[in-house]
Amino acid sequence: MHELAVAESILEIAVRHAKGQNAQKITDLYIVMGAWSSVVDDSLQFHWDLLSDGTIAKGAILHFKRIPVELLCLDCGQSYAPSSRDLLCPKCESVKIKVKTGEEFFLEAIEVE
Amino acid sequence: MPNRIPVVEKILSANDRLAAENRARFDAAGVFAINIMASPGAGKTSLIEKTVAALKDRLRIGMINGDIATSFDADRAAAAGAAAVQINTGGDCHLDAVMLQSALPQLDLSALDLVIVENVGNLVCPAEFALGTHKSILVASIPEGDDKPYKYPGMYRGVDAVVINKIDLLPYVPFRLDFFKKGIEALNPGVTQFELSCRTGEGLEPWLNWLLAQA
Ligand SMILES: Nc1nc2c(ncn2[C@@H]2O[C@H](COP(=O)(O)OP(=O)(O)OP(=O)(O)O)[C@@H](O)[C@H]2O)c(=O)[nH]1
Ligand SMILES: [Mg+2]
Ligand SMILES: [Zn+2]
Repeated sequence: MHELAVAESILEIAVRHAKGQNAQKITDLYIVMGAWSSVVDDSLQFHWDLLSDGTIAKGAILHFKRIPVELLCLDCGQSYAPSSRDLLCPKCESVKIKVKTGEEFFLEAIEVE
Repeated sequence: MPNRIPVVEKILSANDRLAAENRARFDAAGVFAINIMASPGAGKTSLIEKTVAALKDRLRIGMINGDIATSFDADRAAAAGAAAVQINTGGDCHLDAVMLQSALPQLDLSALDLVIVENVGNLVCPAEFALGTHKSILVASIPEGDDKPYKYPGMYRGVDAVVINKIDLLPYVPFRLDFFKKGIEALNPGVTQFELSCRTGEGLEPWLNWLLAQA
């Protein structure tokens, strides 16, 4: 997995935004993660703790907002969550679908002092 | 007093910026570059071998192989006639734009027409890391099973072409081609698809023509 690369990116983005506002310390980070986007596991926190040590983000807490996948059938307008066995529209079995949510992977906000 | 700063920045945006730099290098050299992704053993290197062997008189081909530890695949591509470079990721599950950037100086891009990158065998992580190649290609193979688009949607969403390899095994392995293709169509409508066998050579022609038309 690639939790180290993800932790590095989060740190770079957060520190850049915090310094842009002359903040002294980052206390919290809010990460939005769709179910179909990045796969990160508990080792992210481990990498984060190591990487952020000695930076203005030391000790900051990572908060995750997980967004479920929501699909929209372009034929009948049905919104639905895909099941583990099927992606197709449960109402009309169309394959014409649009992914409404679930592909997000971004840093939404930080809290600073 | 804590103070909230809105950020809203893609977490892998740094990788995307480097990928754009890689793209600019390919473009400046007039090189067409593709990123081949697949699960371990789907036939990435086999497809590259066949492609190089078939096109080496018409295109000057370079190959960059990302592998956790060995250089077997780069050696196979070199034996087929490509200028091959090995990147050992040392355990990483994917190539990223930085790794590609550091490997590029080992290839003389001005002397190449096509660069084929073989990503690390993995159906999850490579999809998230753009490399800067012009097209990304997913190699699926019959023995992996027909449920893969449903289980690994992220991988199927972003690719420009899907190669279904090992069709010579269709008589021996239960595989519902229509179910598999419905999944692809839902996730990536209209994506270019090829059905072929690197073993028998069946179906290679349309793939080679597609590549020739782009490169
Ligand atoms: N039957 C059959 N076997 C194939 C075909 N293509 C590749 N193979 C076999 O599948 C195995 C794996 O092929 P590779 O080309 O090494 O696969 P790869 O995706 O590069 O594998 P890694 O780099 O290790 O992830 C080898 O034993 C190939 O001979 C095919 O079309 N039909
Ligand atoms: Mg290989
Ligand atoms: Zn429907």
